[in-house]
Amino acid sequence: MAAVMNTERALAAQARPRRQAGRDLAGVGVITIAAVIGYLLFPDNLALLTRIVAVALLVLSLDLVTGYCGIATLGHAALFGSGAYAAGILSAHYGINDPLLMTLAGVLGGALAGLVSGVVILRGHGLPQLVLSIALIHLFHEFANKTSSWTGGSDGLSGISADPIFGTFEFDLYGHTAYVFAIVLLVLVFVLLRLLVRSPFGMLCRGIKEDPVRIRAMGASPKAALLKMYVISGAVAGVGGALNAITTQVVGLDSLSFTLSAESLVMLVLGGTGSLFGALSGTVIFMLFEDYVSAANPFHWLTMVGVLLIAVVLFAPKGLYGSVAAFLSRRREAGE
Amino acid sequence: MSAVFEVINLRKSFGGLAVTNDVSLSMEPGDRVALIGPNGAGKTTFVNLVTGNLKPDSGDVRLAGEIVTRVGANGRVQRGLVRSFQVTRLFLEMTPAEHVALAILQRRRRSGRMFGNFLSMPDVMDEVNDLLSTLGIAHLMHRRVNEIAYGQQRLLEIAVAMALRPKVLLLDEPAAGVPQSDTGRIEQALADLPADLAVLMIEHDMDLVFRFAKRVVVLAAGAIIFDGSPADVTKDACVREAYLGSYANASHAA
Amino acid sequence: MQTVFSIAVDALAYGMVLFVISIGLSVTMGLMRVVNLAHGAFAMIGGYIASYAARDLGLGYGIAVLLAVGGTVIIAVPIERFLYRRIYGAPELTQVLMTIGITFCIIGIANYVFGPTLKTIPLPQDLQGSADLGFRTIPVHRLFAIFCGLAVAAGLWYAIERTSFGVKLRASVDNAAMAAALGVRTEVIYALSFAVAVGLAAFGGVVGAELLPVEPYYALRYMVTFLVVVSVGGAGSIPGALIACLLLGAVDTTGRYLMPEFGEFFFYLAVIAIICIFPRGLAGRMK
Repeated sequence: MAAVMNTERALAAQARPRRQAGRDLAGVGVITIAAVIGYLLFPDNLALLTRIVAVALLVLSLDLVTGYCGIATLGHAALFGSGAYAAGILSAHYGINDPLLMTLAGVLGGALAGLVSGVVILRGHGLPQLVLSIALIHLFHEFANKTSSWTGGSDGLSGISADPIFGTFEFDLYGHTAYVFAIVLLVLVFVLLRLLVRSPFGMLCRGIKEDPVRIRAMGASPKAALLKMYVISGAVAGVGGALNAITTQVVGLDSLSFTLSAESLVMLVLGGTGSLFGALSGTVIFMLFEDYVSAANPFHWLTMVGVLLIAVVLFAPKGLYGSVAAFLSRRREAGE
Repeated sequence: MSAVFEVINLRKSFGGLAVTNDVSLSMEPGDRVALIGPNGAGKTTFVNLVTGNLKPDSGDVRLAGEIVTRVGANGRVQRGLVRSFQVTRLFLEMTPAEHVALAILQRRRRSGRMFGNFLSMPDVMDEVNDLLSTLGIAHLMHRRVNEIAYGQQRLLEIAVAMALRPKVLLLDEPAAGVPQSDTGRIEQALADLPADLAVLMIEHDMDLVFRFAKRVVVLAAGAIIFDGSPADVTKDACVREAYLGSYANASHAA
Repeated sequence: MQTVFSIAVDALAYGMVLFVISIGLSVTMGLMRVVNLAHGAFAMIGGYIASYAARDLGLGYGIAVLLAVGGTVIIAVPIERFLYRRIYGAPELTQVLMTIGITFCIIGIANYVFGPTLKTIPLPQDLQGSADLGFRTIPVHRLFAIFCGLAVAAGLWYAIERTSFGVKLRASVDNAAMAAALGVRTEVIYALSFAVAVGLAAFGGVVGAELLPVEPYYALRYMVTFLVVVSVGGAGSIPGALIACLLLGAVDTTGRYLMPEFGEFFFYLAVIAIICIFPRGLAGRMK
């Protein structure tokens, strides 16, 4: 009996990495199919879909620090906006219009902002940490507002233009190239992140989220690991910001706003934290809904977001994707 | 032989209360020491001071001659001082394999690796298998911790500690909360510990103490009142007073 | 020298207004351990009610204040009963989300009912103009704000230290289960404390309307400020909150006087610096 169980467990162990890889591929498949459906359903509104992808990258980056590391932050848009401004400034002030270089600038800008944010935010725990995150986003916002010679201030940064990718794919008015570019970036980042959360580093961060004392008793430094994760998160958010800058050709102060930070948290929670899939589904649902309702008064929208938040907390604390996933896995375990 | 673990004149007070009162202790490789004492004697505080989770008011801790009093908790683990917890602190959603693998990877400084999965690292998995088999919980390797019995969780605590290849091991009540029927497994695990490892065990279970320890240290009201062989501890007057009678004076080394 | 005096008076007034509003949040957080991001929204409601009562209904200032406090408490009671009670003891993220949701709703409704413009609360004759202290003149309503802050501090201290309600409150803060076992109706204590906290916030919102203008985004604009007071002063500590408020009042006012261009930037930088220096609050206690 024990021998049979051992073989079963060994097979299960072997099956696990394969099952995970299978889920990754499924995820890529779902994204691609959704991308195609989106293209077919909204052929005239590819700009919206591209923006959804950019924000999805921000929400993915937030999932890294909130869902996997347990840090509640209301200042994450700082990383997105830094990436956006980095890419924008490279083009508008230095004339470097190659989209790949601009994306790289976004990565660096976001990572740097992630480093700064991490150093500040990790100084506190609990409420002080939250307050630091709020103060930080306001600080970034004010900084961008005042250095208007670089950022355009409240008028926004314009004069951004993007050369054709690889010299051949031009950014056309219909947004086809932009959309494909966005989807490719999303798939790449998604795959990399799925690998990351399964890696030893990902395991370490999940342990830190649950019990930092235990992690220290294993000889690891929670702060060092969390800071690394913040930098990675910054890089991901920076990609989103750069994508936004490249495809809309303008960067506004709203990409560094508290509202964007709060909304990205709403999207993450709506979908469910700690799975990456939740981040994606939450973003898509929220932004499609926002677009549908956006004709209305912005304050009505704010009320609706508020109601949505309260509803999620009361009725679906694991988020929409999270609740479905939990339900399915309970069914699966009951069947075993 | 030089001491692998030394505590020198350690003191800690909370307000006016001296919780650790001029404690000195030294251990050689291979020692098997039991730290006992009535409730409130300050045993867990002592462990927290020694492992770096609490700052002492004065005194030093040395590992293999190096003063580690200023070194943080994780630094001391990297230098070979490992503890297990009195109340299990495990990651409930993770599996025993993941726990041990994390410890092994951390020991090898590879826990920061961002790619690859430990399940497909044969050298890591071999060690995981060995360790969990030694403790008899290999069959639970891929079960979540919140699904395994408490006695098995205590064994996992020991496995995690051993995965860090310690030079000095502090076991905080390894058999605490474990039903009588399972203590045998834990005793076996303790007996199988490497011979050159210095082990300090805090325990209340006297049977376990007498079977395990070559040396007994008694802590009462923050100070050491006895440091000697198990055979002598029951006869010592100070120890009897500490456990049985009202206790007035703290400093009384046997 | 004149500038220093002006800064000091404004800082003191601003600090006292902050205190009146934030002390309620400090109590809520210390007692119910709820991270309440919606506290500023209640202060805003108070300001709106008072403005409506005084401007549109033409009622006196005193009545407007009473209506504001009473009205806000009436609005808050069902919110506490149906929403806040569900998140006592919940993880921090859950509380943050719920209270942000409440804040957004209140902002949206406020805009719908009152419109997006700034609302003023007309001051009565007695509070207008300046008082002559002999060596300087001070706007009377600033003096009024300072006086209100001190009165609230004294009143609260008395209520908490000297009354039986205060004893039960302190017992519930220390050990809720034990207090309940001793017959203290902790649910009632929580509800009452919440009402007091919200009432104080509304009062502060009215009294401070000259310094913190009432408009729909008020709740978000000052959210950081109120939270910083509590996190620096320590939840549940009156002296801590006082010191934190005065400190923040000084920082904000100094920034606005000396560097009006960069006032806000300087303020947030100072907030970050203060929290980084005192990550566990002034009292050194981790909350």
